[in-house]
Amino acid sequence: MRSQTFLWIVQRASAAVLALCVLVHLATIIYAVRGGLTGAEILARTRGSAAWFAFYSLFVLAVTVHAPIGLRAVLGEWLGWRGRSSDLTLLLFAMLLAWMGMRAVRTVFA
Amino acid sequence: MSVLRVSVRRGDAWQAFEVPRRESQTVLDVVTHIQRHLDPTLAYRYACRVGMCGSCAMTVNGAPRWTCRTHVDKVAKEGRLEISPLGNLPVIRDLVTDMREFFDKWARAKGQFGGERKRSDDFALLSPVSGKRKLADVNIECIGCAVCYSACDVVAWNPDYLGPAALNRAWTLVNDERDKAQAERLRAVAGDAGCLSCHTHMSCTERCPKALSPTAGIAGLKRATLKAALRGEL
Repeated sequence: MRSQTFLWIVQRASAAVLALCVLVHLATIIYAVRGGLTGAEILARTRGSAAWFAFYSLFVLAVTVHAPIGLRAVLGEWLGWRGRSSDLTLLLFAMLLAWMGMRAVRTVFA
Repeated sequence: MSVLRVSVRRGDAWQAFEVPRRESQTVLDVVTHIQRHLDPTLAYRYACRVGMCGSCAMTVNGAPRWTCRTHVDKVAKEGRLEISPLGNLPVIRDLVTDMREFFDKWARAKGQFGGERKRSDDFALLSPVSGKRKLADVNIECIGCAVCYSACDVVAWNPDYLGPAALNRAWTLVNDERDKAQAERLRAVAGDAGCLSCHTHMSCTERCPKALSPTAGIAGLKRATLKAALRGEL
């Protein structure tokens, strides 16, 4: 019960973080691409920025927490897939999300 | 006299009946007419006929309803009625469902009052206008008809889900200041089979014949669970 409640709480907390991150992300895109922008120009601006690195790392962390917990309910309710095998698969999925996300963050901001 | 064309679910098949249309006729009147005059083998359940006992609920034209207080006028489309047993419950025969699991879940949700006073103790004094008492009042009039349970998508997806009625009962007791089993109750209703799985579709609230809102009660349980978890009491 306690672990299920913990998952529920962190999913809602990560949703709140994501709401903010998505807004900042979209606003930054709209602001940055006014007048057109190339990949090289983007990287010139982003590389070496510790603040943006931290922001997008938080974004990736929130996604890593939020998505697998939501998927856990979907798998349970739609496919009837519950229990240890589902939880382990979702843990792997979370690790995949974290790896892919942080790889992108490192490429763009490091 | 006009005639009502009625399809009744019996096992795997529908059986057609023609029932005389009467003034102020309820769906329960229709089923009773079929059983008394057309086919005495039809099984259905009712008791009070006045919306108190919660035993006559059935699926009428696709939606769960209390049949004793549902007028044919309100639900019959072009003189047709389709009557089947409640969903999300095993069928015993015809329109009669097995309610055991439904009520067992009330017990699992710690739906019993957990007081600590003895017979020799004085009465507990509660102000009728206190915040908690008012919250307990809001959803206390549940008659246990299982209409909400039958309407709930989460019950359909997860057979272990406690369902709106049991959770609503738990919420009423969470607001009972005399009850001393609160931590135990929150532990019973938290988790995947409890309030945290509610999707807030509000089908229970939409269908409740007593116009209660189990959805609001479940939201209250979620808040209480969160607070208890943060205090380390869960």
